[in-house]
Amino acid sequence: MAEVDIKNYNLNFGPQHPAAHGVLRMVLELDGELIERVDCHIGLLHRGTEKLIEQKQYLQAMPYFDRLDYVAPMNQEHAFVMAIEKLLGAEVPLRAQYIRVLYSEIGRILNHILNLTTHAMDVGAMTPITWLFEEREKLMEFYERISGARFHAAFFRPGGVHQDMPDGLAEDILAWTETYPQMIKDVETLLIDNRIFKQRNVDIGKVSVDDALAWGFTGAMLRGCGVPWDLRRSQPYEVYDKLDFNIAIGKNGDCYDRFMLRIAEMKESLKIIRQCINDMPTGPVMSLDNKIAPPRRADMKTSMEALIHHFKHYTEGFRVPEGEVYAAVEAPKGEFGVYLVSDGSNRPYRCKIRAPGFAHLQAMEFMCKGHQLADAPAVLGAMDIVFGEVDR
Amino acid sequence: MSEKALYELGEHIASKLENEVIGTSVTFGELTILARAEHIQKVLTVLRDDALCLFKQLIDLCGVDYPDRAKRFDVVYHLLSMQLNQRVRVKIQADADTPVPSSIDVFPGAGWFEREAWDMYGIFFADHPDLRRMLTDYGFRGHPLRKDFPVSGHVEVRYCEDEKRVIQEPVSLRQDFRDFDFMSPWESAEYILPGDEKAEEEGA
Repeated sequence: MAEVDIKNYNLNFGPQHPAAHGVLRMVLELDGELIERVDCHIGLLHRGTEKLIEQKQYLQAMPYFDRLDYVAPMNQEHAFVMAIEKLLGAEVPLRAQYIRVLYSEIGRILNHILNLTTHAMDVGAMTPITWLFEEREKLMEFYERISGARFHAAFFRPGGVHQDMPDGLAEDILAWTETYPQMIKDVETLLIDNRIFKQRNVDIGKVSVDDALAWGFTGAMLRGCGVPWDLRRSQPYEVYDKLDFNIAIGKNGDCYDRFMLRIAEMKESLKIIRQCINDMPTGPVMSLDNKIAPPRRADMKTSMEALIHHFKHYTEGFRVPEGEVYAAVEAPKGEFGVYLVSDGSNRPYRCKIRAPGFAHLQAMEFMCKGHQLADAPAVLGAMDIVFGEVDR
Repeated sequence: MSEKALYELGEHIASKLENEVIGTSVTFGELTILARAEHIQKVLTVLRDDALCLFKQLIDLCGVDYPDRAKRFDVVYHLLSMQLNQRVRVKIQADADTPVPSSIDVFPGAGWFEREAWDMYGIFFADHPDLRRMLTDYGFRGHPLRKDFPVSGHVEVRYCEDEKRVIQEPVSLRQDFRDFDFMSPWESAEYILPGDEKAEEEGA
């Protein structure tokens, strides 16, 4: 029989594919069922956020951060306002810090619900998404009650948060934290010992500690390998050093560990939420420095000074001293950082957004090589990719 | 970490890399190292492997544009050391013509970040295995984050009914692009206010 030249098969995965979690186009080179090469084409959701931020004042630029990782909006805002506060040297009132942490943790649960359930769906489990998305809706109602918007909250401000919590919200959040653990338990019974789920995830997309560090992994991707690194604990910001919570870590660095780790993180987040509500002091939620924060509405009715400050604040904005800072938060997906360069004017000179998903997705080729084609969605799902932040 | 520890770390790095590092500074509680572009690989390798540094993670790499400078670009590296629980920023200067050595051999994770810097600023990284555009469209021209690139871009796309495909056309704006800075004209405006041009001429 004559020798036949067998060519590798090229497959186009996405950009319109439900398991691509958005608009990812991957050109896969297959040797039979095995993946030889992955070429990720990203940028299909590129909106030029960094360019737009350079055109806007600091306060106007803030809402762009909701639209990066739109699954956990407030965590992104957090990094940006922290960068501004670092340059300004602004103090944040304690109550505002607690509200920020509270909502960052709600954002973390929002994110993990979406990631865990869609990951489960990618590998064949339909039920979790129908159960947990109801809970997600409740969390978005908490978002709405404090900021007026379910998703794009634009709630954090340099120097604090926009508004205090309305009456009854704290009690409702507390009541929800009592019912939610049962939901997690229900989903766990469906998945963690499930034979199909384990076959699709255990030992898939395994990463060693050294590789994870070299590729710049952060968040669950790094902790899944057994590195207890969490910015909330190791470089605490806001009130995280006063709170009692554990850092969940994995052991094998595979997709299953990442999944289990996120479930554990949700439980820890519930603990933090309860503590935040119980420990929250009363007081202002916004810095009292009129050069950073707008005056209270009531003051504007009687004080000329306040009226002028309000006008200046919302037209000219505030100037930020010259310099450059890097501020990072532990976003649900990993380290979300903002590198802010100020030239002393009322607009950022440069604002680089360090999205965790960008670094993770880069390792897609490295993680998928030699795996079956069907494993690619599992690896991608456990990576927790959202294109709003990867493409910016 | 205290400022003093940062100063000491900066001095240690500067003494270790006498020829490669131009200067160190600590501002806003962050350590910045200015390095020579041609030695960036060595600087990063030492920062990664030195027993007192161990900056094993490249967190971020990005460009910054200062069009008035001779070497208009800054390439900024953010490194993280988990052992020291410390961050460091390394800055080098570059221009559009001279390539910067790629740091992909030191940190494999630098690949996409360098592609992005190339895409956004046109900073060329030598020996990068795959320096294609990262975020912009297929067939995009120009480097959008440069300060002289207009926010509106150069082309716009629409679906052409005649050709039955998406086509690109030069941007046509119905009104001029307006740039509001809202600065107080009494304090900081460096431009001539509309209507004031004549007054300047007559006065001269």
